[in-house]
Amino acid sequence: MAHGAGGKASRRLVEGLFAPLLFGSSAEPLTDSARVLVDRTSVAVTTDSFVVSPLSFPGGSIGELAINGTVNDLAVSGARPEAIVVTFILEAGLPASVLESEVRAMADAARRANVKVVGGDTKVVEHGKADLMYVTATGIGSPIPALTIDPRSVRAGDKVLLSGPVGDHGITILLARGELDIEAELRSDTRSVYPFVEAISGAAGAAIRWMRDPTRGGVATSLNELARDCGLGIYLEEEELPVHDEVRGACELLGLDPLHIANEGQCIAIVAAEYADVALAAIHQTPGGGDARIIGEVREQPAATVLVGTRYGGTRVIDMLVGDPLPRIC
Amino acid sequence: MKFVDEFRDADLIKKTAEEIRRLAGTTRHYRFMEVCGGHTHAIYRFGLKDILPENIELIHGPGCPVCVLPMGRIDDGLALAADDHVIFAAFGDMMRVPGTHGSPLEYKARGTDVRIVYSPSDALKLARINPDRHVMFFAIGFETTAPSTALTIMRARAEGIHNFSVFCNHVTIIPAIRAILDSPDMRLDAFIGPGHVSTVIGCRPYEWIAKDERKPIVVSGFEPLDILQAIVMILRQMRAGEAKVENQYKRVVPWEGNRAALRAMGEVFQLRPYFEWRGLGFISQSALRIRDSYAEWDAEQRFQVPGVRVTDPKAAQCGEVLKGVLKPVQCKLFGKECTPEHPLGALMVSSEGSCAAYFNYEHRKAMATSLSRSA
Repeated sequence: MAHGAGGKASRRLVEGLFAPLLFGSSAEPLTDSARVLVDRTSVAVTTDSFVVSPLSFPGGSIGELAINGTVNDLAVSGARPEAIVVTFILEAGLPASVLESEVRAMADAARRANVKVVGGDTKVVEHGKADLMYVTATGIGSPIPALTIDPRSVRAGDKVLLSGPVGDHGITILLARGELDIEAELRSDTRSVYPFVEAISGAAGAAIRWMRDPTRGGVATSLNELARDCGLGIYLEEEELPVHDEVRGACELLGLDPLHIANEGQCIAIVAAEYADVALAAIHQTPGGGDARIIGEVREQPAATVLVGTRYGGTRVIDMLVGDPLPRIC
Repeated sequence: MKFVDEFRDADLIKKTAEEIRRLAGTTRHYRFMEVCGGHTHAIYRFGLKDILPENIELIHGPGCPVCVLPMGRIDDGLALAADDHVIFAAFGDMMRVPGTHGSPLEYKARGTDVRIVYSPSDALKLARINPDRHVMFFAIGFETTAPSTALTIMRARAEGIHNFSVFCNHVTIIPAIRAILDSPDMRLDAFIGPGHVSTVIGCRPYEWIAKDERKPIVVSGFEPLDILQAIVMILRQMRAGEAKVENQYKRVVPWEGNRAALRAMGEVFQLRPYFEWRGLGFISQSALRIRDSYAEWDAEQRFQVPGVRVTDPKAAQCGEVLKGVLKPVQCKLFGKECTPEHPLGALMVSSEGSCAAYFNYEHRKAMATSLSRSA
């Protein structure tokens, strides 16, 4: 199960099995989309599957996640999302009204993200063979000419830019499952991050070295992947990290780290130091980007490691997540 | 956040750290054991080791309930869950703890009905809404969690809920501290006392540590300032040549403990003559079983338990690490065969275990620093 949770095990599966057998080579760093030449034009392609329980939760639902998640993979790999095809795997007995509301949610999300849904497929499996509904979405996008997203271009001194508060989505889902008697005014942050990408690429262009939407495994896992790919250290200032009080509170109670919690509408960018402030200002002016911050910087040492500076002058290493985040009680 | 941020005030923390430096001086080395796994976790999470002077060494104690649970107990619990009729319920802490044939999480992936609960009463709720199934709560923890298990069993009886039982692994902290102090290779100067356990048992049960063993013990909270203040209090005692039980965590811990909680524990539990601790071996009167008067809710009395005994891999030195004789990194398996993803020894399992805490928060930092020095 850990192989699907977005952390170390997922990465091992991709690097150890899929990349060598399917992609021919694993030497290239793994990114959120692939580039294909079609008639000498470069096209970005990505695919993602969505399994979530419950299907809908405060702030979103599986249909919306499928569109936004696919759009975001294209966006952070430096492409403008153009079109999406979707596949539904439905469990027999799924109420028609649920399906309809998810399709409507998709249509709305696609409209908001300014992307066309151009095709799809549906399969129905026996009752008990799927958890109500699974969705797979494949997206294509057109590369933004000014951007080259490559972890190997990252240099010591670059700044780490984060578009907004972390952990809203993961904690919302945890609470929506209803196993915890905790109530909080919290909504998933699911949305397209393309407006942020567009804003910073307009402001900083080639000074943007790398981007990622920190979904499963959270900011910590995304930055650990980067640290490994570029061989440098990443230093975060805990105090600079935007976290809503509700998320902080739930994490304190459950022994979780907000840096390990999933997000569905945030974007991390590594930006050359001299362009960091203009990139930040550009996100601040984008709707929903008011809480963006520079949360840290790239350093030579410790190599391939993410370090968090606490408020008191101490530091700790924060690793990728192993499996799903589990609450600690005793 | 109220009641949290006050104890993370950066200025106060810096001042307290300076006070520690002043009191500790430079002429001698100090070895303090933090008994509780929650303290171990906090020390690493907040980077407190970087703030403390080098001559103060913190030794991680036995207070991680998941870590000290022998693998055979997990095998026993999971063996009962093999019955399709049974729902196995446990805290998230237990989910990645490996048994011989995998962790509860791996059993779940293979089809066993394993549920994460946040309290024993959530497990009882599962029993209420699944009347045709049997819910077995795999109970772990020190005196911190034992009262809520006791109250849940009392409620099950009061409500006449019969499809519910508890596989009881509750342990008690005092015998573990005694076992550590009795160990011949142990040299400790003082204890940072467990905060959560003390909310239940109070501070009196530690008096023998001060009186007979002549070692200061300060019960402490879990925020950075709590732990640093506890160290200040210990150092002040040592400078004055005293050994006392003190309570730094007064906002939560009453000196006499929680009488209602102790009463509930006394009603439902009795001491086992002995119990096996992972890494420490058999310790007499160190764990709780369910009294015969509540036998119906005791999984061990109600079902045939295989009684599995599993010895830890010979090369693992969990016992020495648990007693503070070795540092995690000095164990032969640390970071090689034994990692948080593939824990062989108990202390690598829970994020409160000293090996996992050290691995997650310190080990790579230390490795990276030594690499850069040698480069």
